[in-house]
Amino acid sequence: MNMSEKKAFKRESIMQTALELFSLNGFHKTTIPDIAKKLHISVGSFYNYFTSKDFLAQEIIKYTSEALGEKIRVVNMTDASAQDKIQQIVTIYFTMAEEKPEMIDYFLRVYLSNREVFSENCEGMVCVAGFITEIMIFFDDCVESGELRNQDFFSAFGLFMGYLGGMVFLKGEGVLPKDIELYIDDISRNIYCALKVQE
Amino acid sequence: MQNKPYKPKLLWLQSITCNGNTHSFLNHPDLFSILENFELIHHPTLDSEYTMADVLSKNVPCDILILEGSVIENGFKKAGVEVSSLIHAYAGKAKHIISVGTCATFGGIFKQNNPEEISGLCFDLEEKTQHYEKYASKLISLPGCPVHPRWLSFVLLMLAKNKSIDIDSLHRPKELYGYTVHNGCTRNEYFEWKIDTKNFGHKEGCLFYEQGCQGPYTRGSCNKILWNDTSSKTRVGTPCFGCTEPNFPQQSLFTTKTNMGIPAKIPLGISKRAYLTLTGVTKSFKIKRFSKDLLEYD
Repeated sequence: MNMSEKKAFKRESIMQTALELFSLNGFHKTTIPDIAKKLHISVGSFYNYFTSKDFLAQEIIKYTSEALGEKIRVVNMTDASAQDKIQQIVTIYFTMAEEKPEMIDYFLRVYLSNREVFSENCEGMVCVAGFITEIMIFFDDCVESGELRNQDFFSAFGLFMGYLGGMVFLKGEGVLPKDIELYIDDISRNIYCALKVQE
Repeated sequence: MQNKPYKPKLLWLQSITCNGNTHSFLNHPDLFSILENFELIHHPTLDSEYTMADVLSKNVPCDILILEGSVIENGFKKAGVEVSSLIHAYAGKAKHIISVGTCATFGGIFKQNNPEEISGLCFDLEEKTQHYEKYASKLISLPGCPVHPRWLSFVLLMLAKNKSIDIDSLHRPKELYGYTVHNGCTRNEYFEWKIDTKNFGHKEGCLFYEQGCQGPYTRGSCNKILWNDTSSKTRVGTPCFGCTEPNFPQQSLFTTKTNMGIPAKIPLGISKRAYLTLTGVTKSFKIKRFSKDLLEYD
């Protein structure tokens, strides 16, 4: 591993640790010394990577958005039907919620709930472009192929992502009676039926 | 005594046409000084040495053939003569063939009447016709509905001076069609920040997002070489209809086709992923200056 790879690895491990601490203790209660301590590094060393907690918060949302976007991009590159693609995207989202709950949790509980932290440099879609772009490509392809009904982007986006976010939120609250992956088939069908071209 | 310089013999032939290119060229402010470089053998509306009957005989001289209008091999006659036979007689004889307008070049609007049989002379939309190989070495394409008079004069004067003209794969001069109509549009600031105009004829806003403008993916220099030396469609607040493109005319020219709000066609040569990434970021910023009218009156 050369120097720049080492640095990138360290940077990613700081973001991953911060994600876990934010999820466990809350964004505001987690301090930079907490993050440094968990990583066994000095606070000074932390600042070599991120100049402030707000900047770290912004970089994490870009990081999670890119991670999710990359997985959806793989789906977009296939010739699968709209119904299959929806199933795959729902699976990706719920699998991430299962395996890396801190990532989705961060999006729902930190990014959406602490807008003041993201008001500068993370306006609108700026820090979530990696994810949003792939969702746009997905919608565009499925309308072009005649499978999904043409409508405003946000009315479709809200139905799809609001639904998934809501389910993961319920999971986080511990109120879902079944494991979240058991909902994948029904939820995928619901989304497809709501968005498909009406006969 | 000095010999007079040789003037190329110019023949303007019309096939299936609305006369739009003829009329467009009449608007050229320097029309007659340009024509002084040529011997006008025949023109649909200007006095010339030969009559239509002479032209129909297929025996008049022709160095430069200007062809206006779509082509059909059989069934379109003038004075009992198949126009296609006239075209081939003079196209074979000419040193240069200029297809003026989208009809003569790609088939254009008249192709809609009989898509199987009507086409441009050398192109059927973007596909080469059976005549392409025969005429390719002397062909210059000037699509547009109509052709811009200064595009035609550029080509004519270059030919008159024996200058070579750099052309693209569809034989369009790169000097004229290397640009998109978007290039030079006065609304570019609004395009950059993804702000649509809310209606036609407004000074503010871009016409690409909702109003159907095809400028970003249409080849032509309408915003570099202005119409009537004054303006262009997009400058006055009307969308570009993509009239120079092989697939012109399309439908719903005043509405941008979108898929879930995403433009179905994006600027020339840019990947959709790259474009959407940029758009998502740009749209996140609200620039106060662009929310106001350019000219605020008392």
